[in-house]
Amino acid sequence: MNYEYLVIFLPLVASIISGFFGKYLGSRNSEIITSLFVSISAIFSFLIFYKVLNENYANNLNIFTWIDSGTLNVNWSIKIDALSSVMLVVVTLVSFLVHIYSIGYMSHDPNKQRFMSYLSLFTFSMLILVTSDNFLQLFFGWEGVGLCSYFLIGFWFKKESANAAAIKAFVVNRVGDFGFALGIFLIFYLFGTVNYNEVFELIPNILDKELSFIGLNINAINLICILLFIGAMGKSAQIFLHTWLPDAMEGPTPVSALIHAATMVTAGVFLVVRCSPIYEYSPFALNIITIVGMSTAFFAATVALVQDDIKKIIAYSTCSQLGYMFFAAGVGAYNVAMFHLFTHAFFKALLFLGSGSVIHSFRNEQNINLMGGVWKKLPYTWTLMIIGTLALTGFPFLSGFYSKDAIIEFAYLSGNTTGYLAAGIGIFTALLTSIYSWRLLFKTFHGSYNNKNLNIISMHESPMIMIIPLIILAIGAVFSGYLFKDLFIGLESSTNFWKNSILFLEPLNHDHPPVWIIILTPILVILSIPTAYYFFIKNKEITNDIVNGNLPLYKFLKNKWYFDELYDYLFVNPSKKIGLYFWKKIDLKFIDRFGPDGISNLVKYISSITVKFQNGFIYHYAFVMLLGFSALLTFLILK
Amino acid sequence: MDFPILSSLILLPTLGAIFIFFSKSKSNTYLTSKYLALFVSFANFILSLYLWYLFDPSTSEFQFLEERSWIKGFINYKVGIDGVSILFIILTAFITPLCVISVNNTIKTRLKDFLVAILIMESLMIGVFCSLDLVIFYLFFEGGLIPMFLIIGIWGGEKRVYSAFKFFLYTLLGSVLMLVAIISIYWITGTTDVIYLYSIGVDSKYQNLLWLAFFSSFAVKTPMWPLHTWLPDAHVEAPTAGSVLLAAILLKMAGYGFIRFSIGLFPIASEYFVPLIYFLSLVAIVYTSLVALMQEDMKKLIAYSSVAHMGFVTLGIFTFTQQGLEGSIFQMISHGLVSSALFLSVGVVYERMHTRLIDNYGGLVSTMPNFAVVLMVFTLGAIGLPGTSGFIGEFLILMGVFKKSFLVAIIASLGVILAAAYMLWLYKRIIFGKILKNEIKKLLDLNKTELFILSSLVFPIIFFGFYPEPLLNTVEVSIKDLIETYNVNLKINLMETK
Repeated sequence: MNYEYLVIFLPLVASIISGFFGKYLGSRNSEIITSLFVSISAIFSFLIFYKVLNENYANNLNIFTWIDSGTLNVNWSIKIDALSSVMLVVVTLVSFLVHIYSIGYMSHDPNKQRFMSYLSLFTFSMLILVTSDNFLQLFFGWEGVGLCSYFLIGFWFKKESANAAAIKAFVVNRVGDFGFALGIFLIFYLFGTVNYNEVFELIPNILDKELSFIGLNINAINLICILLFIGAMGKSAQIFLHTWLPDAMEGPTPVSALIHAATMVTAGVFLVVRCSPIYEYSPFALNIITIVGMSTAFFAATVALVQDDIKKIIAYSTCSQLGYMFFAAGVGAYNVAMFHLFTHAFFKALLFLGSGSVIHSFRNEQNINLMGGVWKKLPYTWTLMIIGTLALTGFPFLSGFYSKDAIIEFAYLSGNTTGYLAAGIGIFTALLTSIYSWRLLFKTFHGSYNNKNLNIISMHESPMIMIIPLIILAIGAVFSGYLFKDLFIGLESSTNFWKNSILFLEPLNHDHPPVWIIILTPILVILSIPTAYYFFIKNKEITNDIVNGNLPLYKFLKNKWYFDELYDYLFVNPSKKIGLYFWKKIDLKFIDRFGPDGISNLVKYISSITVKFQNGFIYHYAFVMLLGFSALLTFLILK
Repeated sequence: MDFPILSSLILLPTLGAIFIFFSKSKSNTYLTSKYLALFVSFANFILSLYLWYLFDPSTSEFQFLEERSWIKGFINYKVGIDGVSILFIILTAFITPLCVISVNNTIKTRLKDFLVAILIMESLMIGVFCSLDLVIFYLFFEGGLIPMFLIIGIWGGEKRVYSAFKFFLYTLLGSVLMLVAIISIYWITGTTDVIYLYSIGVDSKYQNLLWLAFFSSFAVKTPMWPLHTWLPDAHVEAPTAGSVLLAAILLKMAGYGFIRFSIGLFPIASEYFVPLIYFLSLVAIVYTSLVALMQEDMKKLIAYSSVAHMGFVTLGIFTFTQQGLEGSIFQMISHGLVSSALFLSVGVVYERMHTRLIDNYGGLVSTMPNFAVVLMVFTLGAIGLPGTSGFIGEFLILMGVFKKSFLVAIIASLGVILAAAYMLWLYKRIIFGKILKNEIKKLLDLNKTELFILSSLVFPIIFFGFYPEPLLNTVEVSIKDLIETYNVNLKINLMETK
């Protein structure tokens, strides 16, 4: 028996049990079954990871044929290598913790079974995604997680805003998938297969192949890379396709932690890393990825500075951190991207679940201006949030410190202009990250208590079932960087661990960057803590003055660079208007009017004329007959 | 001679219809005639499955051939099937019993006559998919018009007469040209036997005109833009069972016709008219998707989405690639399942609320949770989500199209985005949100019959999404051979013109 089957299918079984039989089992049993099954899945994931680590384990199982049409042959499969084993651990571990946490968080919700079922189904889809050995199954998992995300964002279906956000998430992702699907078509067109290994082997044969498209000649590999990256941008909420992620915070907070921070949104990064054997041959696409990544990192951080919704701040922070991962991949440091993905899963899930605990205590209040001064009331949450914040901002020796600084260093070491620029933006964004994170923390827990609806005496800490998962994540947030840095990004990591799951055409530059690069970020990060305290707690007037002095800029950031308004103006409203025009004007006023209705009216009109002849008077008939007869006669004579 | 299984499939429903028609009308006849119709149509479904079991997918030869002289030396009754046709026969035989079950709630008057119409319809539709003589094909193809016309015209909604005539006018107009073409083929080649015509081919100088004549008929039936405006009206007015037959089977006759006749008989013209087909299909996909977005009537929305989905089918057929053609057939079967499921779902809520306007709904998930689940599956099928049958068809088609033209594939893929938008928005407005109307608070969830009908559609939609092999295997060899013959014909023509 292969453990892989257990890892992947237990969550599916759990989902089916809870979804279809939940009402007979009762909510508590459903919670136990789903959590238990996912925990078994997590244990075996660790086992697989351990085997990959120590025994060079790798496996590629074929379950059964999916599609067989002409030369297209696709199997349901499970591929285990270093890359997928890391993802297995991240996905199942975070998922398990979120399952446990949800038992506490959703305790007042009437639809617990449905919720747990969705969570498990999501876990299954994500596992299918990461263990695929071909692009089509990847796409299946890709859409599957998108679907679960849609279900979970719209979980509170009575809220109009939640429904809108769910649809927005699905449709925006579809725009990305549109690029992704075209990329798969192109791969199939060029290679006649969609299997990773076969495609990756054939890539070096087509280095110079050009495709002509509406008069343009485009390098085939560049085109594949760009198309796949469009898909990655959608899923990982990169700039231009990021608009769904902040709205997705309408979903319950455990969902935000699992799907919109730790796992699903990192699928795009995973895709790029998985396709490193293609991306390595396309410096052009890598440059684009770097640029998009750093723009997103910067853009999202600026927006996060001024938001008031605790979850939206963390959502933009996620967006920004995903940008870091992408530009790490863009400078060719795929393993560093994976490292940041790994550490980020811990501290970001921690921050989200922590904020969930805060929201829980504040009876669903999410505005940080209506919080404050409760750190003594929520000691565990407060401590754990601080750990998460320190890890996120890259405070020395916590996990974010190792991964984020490595990204900046490798960007710097890549030695080209984009690399330097990315490193610069990386450092500046790290500062912004630190400021908005501490702003969030201080405004939530310190200063004066600002909520008029709730008495501060009624504030109480969340139950242990919610705190324990946080503690486990906090341990990860503190130690995962230090413990795994050698394995993931050490000098020998490529040969010892990643092996052929990541291709490096040239080994990564392991020179030492100048000392100021290494110490600059930590110094900025540490200095920003008292600065943030001063600006957001001690002396709020200064902050208000700054805001009032730069009102246009403030509004620009507050409204998220007006992306939503722009898209409504450019795409949503015109689509509706055009649809209405096609329907009312062309279908009804033109096609129908001149088509079927026109013909039948014409027939009616003509018959209304001819009918006048048939009036029953013999002399009329005789006259018409005479006319006809003479006409015929004339014709015959003339002929 | 072997047991004439195809003729039995064609005749059995008609015999049942005759029996029902002449059965005495006692007080309990309604029930008896319904069970009789159900029995007959279900027996036919079992028979079609047996046919599938007997069918040999490893050859592209026509199987189960039957030939009888009808008008001596002129028309032969000739039927037979290959991988292309068999799936449509099974689909027809599968959908009809579901329609019969669904009449329970929907048909209030003249139930007996309605059942007769449906059963005759089944005979004619199965006849279309197995006839191997052009005249016989034409008779079945046009014969289907009459019961459909009656179904819409007698049991339809308020504007039923207008819709029925519009339907009749459009389809008849196209078909008359096809009749002329069939007669011309007889004059040119001296035969209307399809297999014989395949072997001798049609002179290339006539092909373009003949192709256009056939096209005019199939384009109306598909329907392709701009000949699609009859479909929304027909669907809106037709009773549920009528809509189901219309969407699931009648539209597929055109796709089948394109493969069997346009490509099979007129390969050179087919190649010549590819740009026209691509253009019309793309317009259909984008245009009708946008129109669907703005519909206020559920049935109209689904009707418009049908036009878009059939746009994919025509695209796929005219790629002349394995993926494209297999995808098209798969898409037709899948759309047959998904669209009938959607129309049946609309029927379910219409029975309770007596309105099809989307704005009158909202919040159904609270009162009809089971309905919400099955409708979600159908919605996802219509969106083409991986794991549903809708995905396999669309994806294979787009793969095939991509080989022919990047630009066409890109534009067609836009339809996939729009489909997600209009279907999810529809779902949201019906199922989610707060309950605003008092009637909705009192709604009952699916009863056993409804649950049975809808879940028997859920199953194949999901099953074939994960395991499409049974269908793809069945069509594979026939399609392969079709493409080879097609390419050989093109080459021969190329050499001749040189």
